[in-house]
Amino acid sequence: MTPTTDSFLERAPLLLRDWISGFFPAALRGVINDLIAILTILAVFGTLFAFLTLAERKILGRIQNRPGPNRTGPFGLLQPFADGIKMLTKEDIVPRAADQLLHFLAPVALVAFSLLTFAVIPYGRHLVPVDLDAGVLYFFAASASTELAVFMAGWASHNKYSLLAAMRALAQLISYELPLLLSIVPVVLAAGSLSPSGIVAAQGAWTLDVLPHWYVFTPWGFAGFVIFLVSALAESNRSPFDLPEAESELVAGHLTEYSGFKYALFFMAEYFGMCALSSLGVTLFLGGWQAPCAFLEFIPSYAWFGAKLLGLLLGFIWIRATLPRLRMDQLMRFAWKFLVPLSLANLGVAALWRLGAGWSEPLQLVRWAMAIAILATAFFLLGRKLSSGFGPRVYRYAPS
Amino acid sequence: MFGSGLLQGLAVTAKNFVGSFHDPKRMVTTEYPEQKTKLPEAYRNFPFLVAETAEDPMGTLRCVACQICEKECPPQCIYIEKSKDKKPDATGKMQIYPTVFDIDTSVCMSCQICVEVCPFDAIEMDQVFEIATADRFNGLMLRKEQLTKPNSYFHEIHPNDAREIDARLAADRKAAEEKARAAAAAKAAAPPKPSAPPP
Repeated sequence: MTPTTDSFLERAPLLLRDWISGFFPAALRGVINDLIAILTILAVFGTLFAFLTLAERKILGRIQNRPGPNRTGPFGLLQPFADGIKMLTKEDIVPRAADQLLHFLAPVALVAFSLLTFAVIPYGRHLVPVDLDAGVLYFFAASASTELAVFMAGWASHNKYSLLAAMRALAQLISYELPLLLSIVPVVLAAGSLSPSGIVAAQGAWTLDVLPHWYVFTPWGFAGFVIFLVSALAESNRSPFDLPEAESELVAGHLTEYSGFKYALFFMAEYFGMCALSSLGVTLFLGGWQAPCAFLEFIPSYAWFGAKLLGLLLGFIWIRATLPRLRMDQLMRFAWKFLVPLSLANLGVAALWRLGAGWSEPLQLVRWAMAIAILATAFFLLGRKLSSGFGPRVYRYAPS
Repeated sequence: MFGSGLLQGLAVTAKNFVGSFHDPKRMVTTEYPEQKTKLPEAYRNFPFLVAETAEDPMGTLRCVACQICEKECPPQCIYIEKSKDKKPDATGKMQIYPTVFDIDTSVCMSCQICVEVCPFDAIEMDQVFEIATADRFNGLMLRKEQLTKPNSYFHEIHPNDAREIDARLAADRKAAEEKARAAAAAKAAAPPKPSAPPP
């Protein structure tokens, strides 16, 4: 490795942390270090959440050819704070028929669970809050628990819309957890590790110093990344899979009976979930904190991680601005009849890929061709099967 | 191909996003308090009084306090008090004028009947819609001073109507002058008639 990987900028966050914990007695330093990590995650992702809402509204506005919020501060930059003040000053209404305790606990549990997932993400070369050996497993355990909180909210609200939304959320979770997990199994297979930092380390090499060995640049990695993105959209209840809060059908879904700061907590948890899943996507497929080219390593690793994360989040916003919401049956059909078989095929391709790791130079081309051919065939066949009998739509009475 | 529709859709939104930055024709938003759209000429809300000049609006009011509008107003939102003395009006004739002319815009229903019945074209419809006020009684009660606006303003908001009315008023003024001249000439030519013959 080049000496730049241990440069001052690279180590600056750690030095700052050690400087602060240096004020405390040696026995407490471990606890203080953990507390500093927690506070940093809260502050960074809290700020990211605030400005992500603004960025989302601005970008949605631009895509719809309107300026977006621009009244509060220069370019509307103070809009998140205005929103926060508004949310804090609103009346907190709890329906009389609601289960008081669950109604209160649901937003708290949701935010807590979605914050738990941030613990195992490697944000930089030296910035791993908790370096678990089974970090990926832990991540999915924590992120799946958020749906429990959504169901709590729907059940406790004692409202038909909330309950329907909760049912939908559970159905969606079970349907999309499967392709999500199946899409990351090849990564674990290739890296031979369930530890996020181990997976990032496995992607840290370049061909000719410019072509990174990120998993997204392999056939199975690309397919897995796309499946992961689609499932992550569904997991974080983002458009076009925002069925649990489909406002045209369910008022506001599980948020119907929430107001004031509890509503803000739900909103925050949705964005935290999106950030966490994007972080995981960056870690597993986009090389985590690795620089794309060897000579770009002088830029500290956490900056690369942040840039990739922002790119993915912008992609999520772009997709939200483009695609209309799916119907419930379309959602189910898409998960079970398309994503699950495709990710199973992808798993097979990844196994084949691993088998061919030691093949000689000319056979590498065969390896690439085979992998791409299997995935493309699976994609076309499944796609044709999925949409057969459903389109294209014929308008019998409208003038063509 | 399966999924190509998604990519096409993403391309459309991306094109809109990029286009909104370099193509001003795409951004149709008028940012209201700073920018204002030109209202259509036919737009109207509340009446105002037309004065001939901007320098002396109170002295050159077209209104002669005939009170036709006050009587015709369906919701009765106009209140007029006549003056005791007379002043020359737009055509130079001595006329009385309103000492009080109030319109209660909280009552006015913008029907334009006052404008249609006015024989002197002295009341017209305004286009001011920013009339929000904290005082719903006095704030919405417009006095003569607030109601009076010069003819040039009328030309700005209703150019066609204003031109037509100006032409008509000029013709009237000319006819009145000619009539006066003819009368004066006739008076000069004919000897004064004797008063009624004695019985």
